[in-house]
Amino acid sequence: MPEITIREAISQALWEEMERDSRVIILGEEVGLWGGTYAVTRGFYDHFGPERVRDTPIAEGVIVGAANGAAMAGLRPVAELMTINFAFLAMDQIVNGAAKIHYMFGGQFRVPVVIRAVGGGGRQLGATHSQTPDAVFAHFPGLKVVAPGTPRDAKGLLKAAIRTDDPVMFIEHATLYQTKGEVPEGDYVEPIGVAKVQRQGSDVTLITYSKMLQLSLQAAEQLAAEGVQAEVIDLRSLRPLDMGPALASVKKTNRAVVVEEGWRSFGVGAEVASRLSEEAFDYLDAPVKRVAQEEVPLPYNRELEQQALPQVDDILKAVREVL
Amino acid sequence: MAQLDVAIKALDEKEMLRLYHEMVLVRRLEEEAARLYQQGKIGGFLHLYIGQEAVASGVLSVRLPKDRVLTAYRDHGVAIACGIEAKVVMAELLGKATGAAKGKGGSMHLADIHKNFWGGYAIVGGHLPLAVGMALADQYRGDDAVTICMFGDGATNIGYFHESLNLSKVWKLRLLWICENNKYGMGTSVERSSAVLEMRQKAEGYEMPNSSVNGMDVLAVRAATQDALATVRQSGTPYFLEIVTYRYRGHSMGDPERYRDSAEIERMRKDDPIALFRSQLMAEGHFDAEALDEQDERVEMEIQAAVEFAESSPDPVPADLYTDIYTEN
Repeated sequence: MPEITIREAISQALWEEMERDSRVIILGEEVGLWGGTYAVTRGFYDHFGPERVRDTPIAEGVIVGAANGAAMAGLRPVAELMTINFAFLAMDQIVNGAAKIHYMFGGQFRVPVVIRAVGGGGRQLGATHSQTPDAVFAHFPGLKVVAPGTPRDAKGLLKAAIRTDDPVMFIEHATLYQTKGEVPEGDYVEPIGVAKVQRQGSDVTLITYSKMLQLSLQAAEQLAAEGVQAEVIDLRSLRPLDMGPALASVKKTNRAVVVEEGWRSFGVGAEVASRLSEEAFDYLDAPVKRVAQEEVPLPYNRELEQQALPQVDDILKAVREVL
Repeated sequence: MAQLDVAIKALDEKEMLRLYHEMVLVRRLEEEAARLYQQGKIGGFLHLYIGQEAVASGVLSVRLPKDRVLTAYRDHGVAIACGIEAKVVMAELLGKATGAAKGKGGSMHLADIHKNFWGGYAIVGGHLPLAVGMALADQYRGDDAVTICMFGDGATNIGYFHESLNLSKVWKLRLLWICENNKYGMGTSVERSSAVLEMRQKAEGYEMPNSSVNGMDVLAVRAATQDALATVRQSGTPYFLEIVTYRYRGHSMGDPERYRDSAEIERMRKDDPIALFRSQLMAEGHFDAEALDEQDERVEMEIQAAVEFAESSPDPVPADLYTDIYTEN
């Protein structure tokens, strides 16, 4: 299998879907002439033309709103938000629009839109450009929320997101674009709403997704050297949330740590820990631990920012506490 | 879709009578809805269209069936003028399974995809970006339909309005923006909320052709919309039509109306669009009072049937709570 980066995986998924289906268009800030601020759509404008790769004004409300409307009217728009922090300017279109329109009109309209949004901290971009607010979007019924952590999943899940008739928030992590991994040759999709065991183990379960998957896998390597076998569950989708593999794993390991980059309060870890206590309480030999971001707006200073973000050592510490 | 290309109806006496009938139907539907609301049979909010009937009827009388329509939450009149049956509107107001949105939308979320009516939207300004996207889809496919997006004067002060007008011009979309200026955004008058008093002035900033028309005169609305649609079809670019109207009832039910005095409402009642059209039709010798009264009586029977249909319709079943959240499981 070829090895590619997550950036290439996302780019390939978009390219192949645009070749496959003429209804797929891209719109967003700097997606065309510039080639995408993260270079995901480099070369698209020349190949697919300005009708399909549409540069927009810096106006997130109408970017997502127009994508919703075009989706209702039969296209398969992929709206790119330069960063997920700007999604808050389009929150009404995401929450009151995309997530509700199918239900609120009794199923008459479909909104097959994909909203690509880049999130994550760690690049010294300051408080308003570094957030990991994935859990916020996962709160709303009607939306699907996907956040891949490997090239294989990035490509397969983006293809699935474009092909589903439901609105999908596709969350990428800005520091994962160079992450490499194997992807299958040819066309394939990965199912939305299905979690995956990324590493098998018998002593403790790490439940995670996106960037923190990579850190959790690193932590698992170190633990293995100490004789502790960690099983790593990648949620991949936050809504629908598939707890199956996590529950099966905890019934085997009896210990769980949830690792996320976002803030701890009301976060992914809170949801997962709650489900574990509801559905696997009798199997737990220790309280479920959460590894998450410190409850502060992210600062600019490099050391302070790293202090606030979850690190491999934080995962190791949490694992030792539950063992 | 060939049927969607049929020409608009000529303004003959049959069409005049249809317009009169439709406006009376909307008026009576709203009066009946108010009664049912007071009986507790309609819940939530209820924004009545009374006073604005000539806008919906005038505008929708000249759209081609292929032209998409979106509007805001004061949507009953637009729904009827788009061709949704009164009984289906009434059933939705009562939250019944037979309603336009299967009882899940309510008063503010009427829609019928088969009538090319893409919905009433309850976030002020929130549907303007949707209209941009729909017009973009048409442009992309090479369809020459026009997207007609209606909204109130209140929506012109929100960011969406400006983002959407701007982009519709930049992308040269076949969009007819229609501002129903009823002079109040909820209880705040245009004078107290807008930097300019004519809403069409806001289109000037985007170099968008625009005009304003008296919204109490259904034939004037019809003619102005016809011209506006022709401009959009010929130029392939957006147009802004302001229709100046007035709502006789409160913003929603239970509005204490402290923001305007009754003298103003009484003064505006002299311009009642239905009374005006009725006297016009008689003065010009098209119909006598008897013929118009006959229409009024027909409406009474239709409204009665609509209420009976709605009241006797089944509620959604508990399992319906979980349908249509996603298109697939």
